[in-house]
Order: sequence, then structure tokens, then C-alpha cells
Amino acid sequence: MSPRDAGTVSSGFERSPTMDILLQQIINGLTTGSVYAVVALGYTMVYGVIQLINFAHGEVVMIGAMVAFSVISALAGGSLPPLAIVLAGVIAAIPACMAIGYLLERAAYRPLRHAPRLAPLITAIGMSIILQHLALLIWGRNPLAFPQIIDNRVFAIGGAAISSVQIAIILMSLAMMAGLSWFVYRTRFGIAIRATAENVHVAGLMGVNADRVIAATFVIGAGLGAVAGVMYGSYYGIAHYTMGFSLGLKAFSAAVLGGIGNIAGAMLGGILLGLVEALGTGYVGDLTDLCRWPGAGGDIGWMGAHCADGAHFVLFGSNYQEVFAFLMLILVLVFRPSGLLGERVSERA
Amino acid sequence: MNMTGRDKLGLALIAVALIALPFVLASAGTAWVRITNFAVLFVLLSLGLNIVVGFAGLLDLGYVAFYAVGAYVYALLASPHFGLHLPFWVILPLGAAVACVAGVILGAPTLRLRGDYLAIVTLGFGEIVRIFMNNLSSPINLTNGPKGISRIDSFQIGPVNFAGSDTFAGLVFSGPIKYYYFLMLVLLGVIVINRRLQDSRIGRAWVAIREDEIAAKASGINTRNIKLLAFAMGASFGGIAGGMFAAMQTFVSPESFVLNESIMVLSMVVLGGMGNIWGVIAGAVLLSFVPELLRYTVEPAQIALFGKLLIDPEVLRMLVFGAALVLTMRFRPAGLWPETRHRREMSENRA
Repeated sequence: MSPRDAGTVSSGFERSPTMDILLQQIINGLTTGSVYAVVALGYTMVYGVIQLINFAHGEVVMIGAMVAFSVISALAGGSLPPLAIVLAGVIAAIPACMAIGYLLERAAYRPLRHAPRLAPLITAIGMSIILQHLALLIWGRNPLAFPQIIDNRVFAIGGAAISSVQIAIILMSLAMMAGLSWFVYRTRFGIAIRATAENVHVAGLMGVNADRVIAATFVIGAGLGAVAGVMYGSYYGIAHYTMGFSLGLKAFSAAVLGGIGNIAGAMLGGILLGLVEALGTGYVGDLTDLCRWPGAGGDIGWMGAHCADGAHFVLFGSNYQEVFAFLMLILVLVFRPSGLLGERVSERA
Repeated sequence: MNMTGRDKLGLALIAVALIALPFVLASAGTAWVRITNFAVLFVLLSLGLNIVVGFAGLLDLGYVAFYAVGAYVYALLASPHFGLHLPFWVILPLGAAVACVAGVILGAPTLRLRGDYLAIVTLGFGEIVRIFMNNLSSPINLTNGPKGISRIDSFQIGPVNFAGSDTFAGLVFSGPIKYYYFLMLVLLGVIVINRRLQDSRIGRAWVAIREDEIAAKASGINTRNIKLLAFAMGASFGGIAGGMFAAMQTFVSPESFVLNESIMVLSMVVLGGMGNIWGVIAGAVLLSFVPELLRYTVEPAQIALFGKLLIDPEVLRMLVFGAALVLTMRFRPAGLWPETRHRREMSENRA
């Protein structure tokens, strides 16, 4: 999958093409990273409060993208201004996802809150399978093309290009992160959330309704996920019933990278993961091209690789993109299980 | 194990029934023998996953990776792809060994992880293996990419080839029937190993880790090695099942090893009763026949009611698996046929 706006913009200046590519990859990485960060917030909030991974969160994001797709396609031919149509899609997706988030908590998590840890995990996997296949029933097996109704203008910065969609995604993500931080750290309900995360029982004694707080974290996470789904859909121009799986896996990796349970960590982890992925995809092919290695003038004499006449012998190309997030997840878990900003330990049973 | 005369009689009856089964099925059509073979394959997989999830309590969502490794080892060493045609009694154990190594490679970095982290890492691992199989067609063609590997050799014992039919003592032994008996032998071996393991020191150590890892460690169990052993054992069984799959299908491609397969096997283990061998077998048999059941009931019912197929049976099948996971955990967390110890554990209320 490649973003719609992969085109390059020629600038009037003489520049080193290597730097331009680097800048372009950074811009692309920041965009996808912002989406990951917003999805990661959903994982991290739920984890912070009940120490469980909401396995079905990726599917909630997918449903958000699908609902928005339906609304936007239905309105696309009409007389509404394009921006209003997109906004309508987002506004429809948010309550739909919030409802699913609430249902998830009621059906899959609340009844099993005191069961052994394995139980809610298995239910959540079951719920995500059910959500995925319900989406298949409703929206079909084929990828859906997001109607491109907003004129996607491309601006040049440095030698690279940034599109208005990319700018919108980055700005919206920042706004949502700021909004969430304000909510969690500056409001009364935010205090209740943090108190529950600290200790459910003591928070209960202080008059916090833990059930409401837990349900609220699911609902807020799902609402953020809905917006992320729309952003993802409009960036790649496509929505598919399986998109929640890899997006969820990546966002979860991002949350762990930043330190799961930590809101700032999820944001940092998301952006970092986006950058790693973009740079990895951009450069791993060149780095593992044996013909570019020093001393590989003609034949490198290894497994019959011929390097003459600019031939390539790429061990790992960009088709391994999906692997980067996962490799990073393993590395973090092995070397720094608490993540970059986290204090929580991942070892306790 | 002490057996009374009645137990022995019951066992003998079951054995006779299982020996006669393929001929009864063959009279209804060879397709039914094939379906049964795949059910037995899923029983093998479920028993393998049961060691990891049921005995040791480690939620592995990438189990299909080991199945894939076994299948590809078989496919690469017994097909025209590399021009190698090794006999199956060499490749099956080899596939199990390679899968075992893969299990240890996956297990080692994840040992310290808690249940939910482990689940997501294994899930990613399963995907990684699939992505590699999809992409390892360049620069050197190892796996033939998404096209998969075809024309894989069938089993060959002496003059008997499992691809064709033989007549013996007036009975026609078709290919699937021969595979059925071979699968039954493997299954018997796996069940015996499982039972011995369960009652052994290792089996008790697994249960101890499942119930309280810290206490297990404090009682002198080497939790690292014992957990690795669970991964390795489970993976080996998956590898054997994979090799059988490759030989029976004579074709493998990455498409057979998607996450949904892992979920299916997990559903079988969970529905039957994690940790209980007989429960897991029953769960696997039950859920293996769900697609057939749907094909003969829901499909005609839809056509009769609405005149067309509204819900694809494939989708319906996955919905059934998802619902099986959710409902089992909600209403019968220890499964339909729970293990005694596990039942106590799963119904216990923890604060």
C-alpha cells in the first residue's frame, strides 16, 4: 500500500537528492506515526486502568473507517461542501465506535473482570474475530476506495512534498493528544481516571465509580480510534475489513515502545514507530542490496549473485515493511520491557 | 493406569469403531474420508497447542507458524521445487525438529512476558513467518512466494504409494484411507506422549507455572527451561501436523497459514477445555465439522428462505469460532469438558 500522494515536487534549487528522500521519508513517517499514536492512545488508556490489552481495538478503528466511508460516499454526490462531508463522516464514525467500545467493555471485559487473565484475553480475541467478519458481511470482501473529494494540494518544503491531507492528519493528531492530556490531567473526571489507574479499590473508597471510569476509557479510546480510522482511510485512500489487524498490531507496538499505560509514551511511541517504519522501508532495500556492499564490483560469488551492469541483489526489500514494527516490539520487550517512558513492569503474573 | 474389564471392553470397541470408520465413510464418498482426515489433523494441532495454552497457560496466537514451518520443510524436501525427493520418515521428524527450533526461537525472547504481551508477540510472530514465506522468492527463490509449492510427494512405504489406491484382502484402500490410518497412528503416539507428559514431573511443573509462576519458581522449578520446553513440544507437534498437511494436500502456499487458522485451533482448545486431552480432542472434532454442518444446513436454508446465499458459509464459520471463544469464556470458562484442576482455577474468584 502506498499513500496517494507519493509524487515528488521539483523545487527550483539545486539539492542533494539523498537529503530530499530523507526529508520525504520523515514527513511520511510523521504522518503514519501520528495515526499510530492516536490508535495507541486507545490501547494505553485501557491498559492503564485495567491492565489488560484491548485486543479488539484495531477492529474498532477499522469500523470507524468503514462507517466514515459509507457516510462520505453517500454524501459525495450531493451539494455539501467537501469539508463538511468529511466532517460528517467523522461525526458519524465517532458515536458508532464509541458504542462498540462500550459494548465491548460490557460484553467481553466487565463480566470477566475477576476471572483469570487468560479469560478476558480470549473473549477479546473472539470479539475481534466477530467484529471483523461482521464488517465483511456489511462492507464486503473487497477494499473500498475512499472517495477523494477534497482537493489534495501538495506543498513543497525543502526538496520534499507534503500534502494537505498529511498536514491535516498531523495537526488533528496533535489536537487530539492535547485534548486528551487536558482531559486526563485537568478535569475532575481525569482525576478519577488516574485514581482508578493507581488503585481501583482505593479509588472506589474515595467515591470514584470505577465501573463508569473503566467504561469511559473504552469509549474515549474508541472515539479516538474512530478519528484515526478516518485519517488512515483518507491517507491511504482505502478501507478494508482486515485493516484493523496490522494497524492494531503496530499501534500496540507503539504503545509498548513508549511504555504502555503512559499517555505521553503512546504519543512518542507512535511517532517513533512511524519514523522507523518509513525510514526502514525507504532504506532497507538499499542497505541489504549485496551489490552495493563494498567489494561487490562484479560477481560477489555468493549464491550466484551477479552485480555487473547495475544489477541488484536485495535480501530484504520494502515488502518487509510489516515486519519492522514487530521487530521493534520484540527488541523493546527484551531490552526495555517498561518502554521508553513507562515505569510499569511487564513481568508480573 | 488401572483398567477394569469394562474399561478394556470400551476401549476395544472404540478401537474397532475407529478402524472401521473410513470404510463406512468411504461408502458415503471419499470426500468424507478426506474431511475426517483434516479433522484428525486439527486434533493433532489442538493437542500441540494444548501443551502451550492448556498445560503451561501461555497464550500462543501464532501457533500456525509452526504448522507452516513443518509444511514448508516437507514441501521443499519432497517436491520438484529443488528437485529433492527425500522419504517421508526422514522429513517428518526433520520438520518437527525445525519447528521445535522455531518454537525455542520464539519462546526465548518472550519468556519474561506476561500473558497478554506474549499473546500479541506470538501473533506478530505468526504473521512474520507468513510474510517471509510470501517474500522469500527473491533474490533467491526459496519458497516460491505467494504461488506456493505444488506437486509435493505423497507418502511412500515400500511399494505402497499413498496417492493411489490399493486392494488388499478384498478391501479398497484409497489414498485418503491410508492417510487416515497413518494419522491415527500419529494421533495415538501424540496422545500417549501427552498423557505421559501430563502426569510427569514436567506436566506438574507446567501446571504450577500456569497457576502461579512466582510460587512455581520459589518451589525450585526452573521456569525458563520448563516454559521453553512447552513451546518446543507444542511446536514439534505443529511441525508434524504441517508435514502431514503438505503431503495430503500435495500443495502448500502462505495462504493456508493465516491468523484465522491459529484462531480456529485456539477455539478448539478453549471450547473443549484447556488442559484436558479428551476435551480438546472433542472440541477439535466438534469444530472441524462446523463448516460441513453449515454447508448442509445453513446454505440450503438460506437458499430456500431468501432464494440466494446471503451469508457466505466461510464468514459464518469464523463468526461461529468467534462466538465459541466469547461464549465459552463467559459461561463455561473451563470448557465443555474441563480438567478438574483447571475447573477449580477458572471458577475461582480473584480479587
